Amino acid sequence: MKLVDEFRGSRVVKDLIRAINESATGIYRFMEVCGGHTAAINRFGIKNLLGHNIELVSGPGCPVCVTGTGFIDKAVRLSGDEGNIVVTFGDLLRVPGSISSLEKEKASGADIRMVFSPLDALRIAAEERSRKVIFLGIGFETTAPGTAATVMEAEKSGINNFYVLVSHKFMPPAMEILIRDGTNVNGFICPGHVAAITGSSIFDFIPEQFSIGCAVSGFEPVDILMSVLMLVNQVNRKNPNTAIQYKRAVSREGNITAKKMMAQVFEPVDMYWRGFGIIQSGGMKLRGKYNRYNAELLLNETIKDDCNEGECRCGDILRGLIVPVQCPLFGSQCNPGNPSGACMVSAEGVCNAYFRYGRNE
Amino acid sequence: MCLSIPVKVISIEGDYAEVSVAGTVFKAGLQLVEGIVPGDYVLLHAGFAIGKLSLEEAAETIEILSRLGDADQYSEL
Amino acid sequence: MNRNITLGYGSGGRLTGELVKEIFAGRFGMQGPLTDSSVLENPGSDLAFTTDSYVVEPLFFPGGNIGKLAVCGTVNDLAVSGAIPVSLSSAFIIEENFPWDELDEIAASMADEAARAGVRIVTGDTKVVGKGKCDRLFITTSGIGKIRKGYENLATAANVRQDDLLIVNGSMGNHSIAVLAARNIFDFRTSVVSDVASLNFLAGKLLEECHGIHFMRDITRGGLASVMNELCAMSGLGAEIEEEKTPVDEPVKGLCEILGFDPYYLANEGKMLVVCDSNEASRALEIMQKDTLGKNAAIIGRVTDDRRKIVVLNTIAGGKRILDHRSGLQLPRIC
Repeated sequence: MKLVDEFRGSRVVKDLIRAINESATGIYRFMEVCGGHTAAINRFGIKNLLGHNIELVSGPGCPVCVTGTGFIDKAVRLSGDEGNIVVTFGDLLRVPGSISSLEKEKASGADIRMVFSPLDALRIAAEERSRKVIFLGIGFETTAPGTAATVMEAEKSGINNFYVLVSHKFMPPAMEILIRDGTNVNGFICPGHVAAITGSSIFDFIPEQFSIGCAVSGFEPVDILMSVLMLVNQVNRKNPNTAIQYKRAVSREGNITAKKMMAQVFEPVDMYWRGFGIIQSGGMKLRGKYNRYNAELLLNETIKDDCNEGECRCGDILRGLIVPVQCPLFGSQCNPGNPSGACMVSAEGVCNAYFRYGRNE
Repeated sequence: MCLSIPVKVISIEGDYAEVSVAGTVFKAGLQLVEGIVPGDYVLLHAGFAIGKLSLEEAAETIEILSRLGDADQYSEL
Repeated sequence: MNRNITLGYGSGGRLTGELVKEIFAGRFGMQGPLTDSSVLENPGSDLAFTTDSYVVEPLFFPGGNIGKLAVCGTVNDLAVSGAIPVSLSSAFIIEENFPWDELDEIAASMADEAARAGVRIVTGDTKVVGKGKCDRLFITTSGIGKIRKGYENLATAANVRQDDLLIVNGSMGNHSIAVLAARNIFDFRTSVVSDVASLNFLAGKLLEECHGIHFMRDITRGGLASVMNELCAMSGLGAEIEEEKTPVDEPVKGLCEILGFDPYYLANEGKMLVVCDSNEASRALEIMQKDTLGKNAAIIGRVTDDRRKIVVLNTIAGGKRILDHRSGLQLPRIC
């Protein structure tokens, strides 16, 4: 596969590892805040290629994990109406809400369908005019523009039975809170596909205000290791900045067209993040002009976004404060087959990844 | 949400393109990008092209990495 | 709390194992390791006996249909248990108003495949149920085969040893991808075709011409990772697999990247895992590569003495990860 295979080869990986080992003379703790990076690091087994003086920590990069149970509860409630079709990315199907999950509701007969794109949801709405089609819009700045474009397509095509339950989120506010709360890292591996949309400049505040280095990274093993090397050098040289490793996809300004569309349809709103509570301007909501596509209008009652997590420590895990084994439920009550919290459900949730790959390191 | 893969644009019709990776052909919405022509490589995410990939930058990155074999080249990064 | 059988329980992974163990094996008093065929002691020659149900959707997919699948699947379960398949039964549950011609086409495929595999379909049953009571057509085939002398324990992994080599007869994941494409849920076109095939002649050649075959299993739902985990559980040993050596066709790789699938967990219908003594492995590989169903056969790993009974994958980047026994269906993901 072009532009993929060249960045996976083990020969280049070996050269990078050697370079990292020779440069990494101190102790380093780097955080990635993207589920795609969590998944790639685990899939390629990158952690056990690095020396013990370099620690890679996962932050709140999995949009499924940081979504409160309230969102699932709303989706479940909407699926209970026979006049509704709930359409979602596969990631959300198994996430437990406070009472049920979409997978369980589907097994009980609710019309819940899995899609690959919000455009598929729009297509279903066009085909099933007598029912309301509700798309579950989760994801960060990589995914929100697609939802925005779909809402605009709905408007253009006059498809009025299409709705979105919006839980899109912005990444930088959560990163700022992490740093202010004392997350002890000396570098961030920044999400390359978020940056493909927003531009790398959204991370400038991190080196400028907090003197912590950033490397905007791609997702292949070579990309991630090259970013680690760049961050090691930034620490060694005491030169924190926003470096772009993923030059083939990311620029400082990003994708102007996508940013414009996202801003046209969505505006910032305070939103609940699991593990953080309400983050100011941490989420998106439909602007007034597009509010008729808001699935919340279909709900007769208010359902709170936040979660009563009991003993589940997903919140602390998402902030990088503890590792999964420190959660009392990990491995016993909570495992991929029977998840208590979102961190265990999502394929790139920290606990899920740790359970499947990390236990035997 | 980052699962996204480089795909090649095969043909364009209005707001949509046929894109291919490893022999599989998908449809991608082009609403989020501009100036795309057949032969370009784009990032496909959730049914949309979210950005164009630069083959020149890719080649340059590979070039830099190929020089890692010589010690002393790490300082470039 | 009410416990329902969600889709994950049918996916061929860990949850399926739990369901079988708790309800069926428990109720039916089945002892010992659960193997693909059951050996029936019979003076003269032990018999292998197996059964399987087929509920694939859609019924017709690139490379085959539910009928061909039903014959190959049961033939393969017998073959990898060290048996020469002899006779099959076939029971049909048909939804009302199912088109006659389609059923005839499916039956013709079954006859073709049975002839190819050298077996006969000798008995069966037919039921028609009301609309909505079954998903168009369900087929259950059972099969009987004669166990080859000396291979009575092939399926139990009793002979598997540390340093045995792991061989597959070709690329992973083609069947899953072909069926997924045929469902038209996602808007893509692919050239991937199901690998559905009867493996009994290939298996037979290996068992006759090679003395070091210690275990065989066909790689169906749950993929290679599930078979490997079952093998480790049965043998009490571990395994190491090389990602670079595992054959996966480019189009399947590409789709897995886009949809977030892991080819190690995708279903196949014409692939088997062969565990072979390291001294005999190149001979086994040669036999396989000479056969049309083994052209892309490859040695992909080895059995280790890891008492934790885990399957370690050496990734193409040079790192390691564990191929664990997953509970349910893989879901396409966006993350």
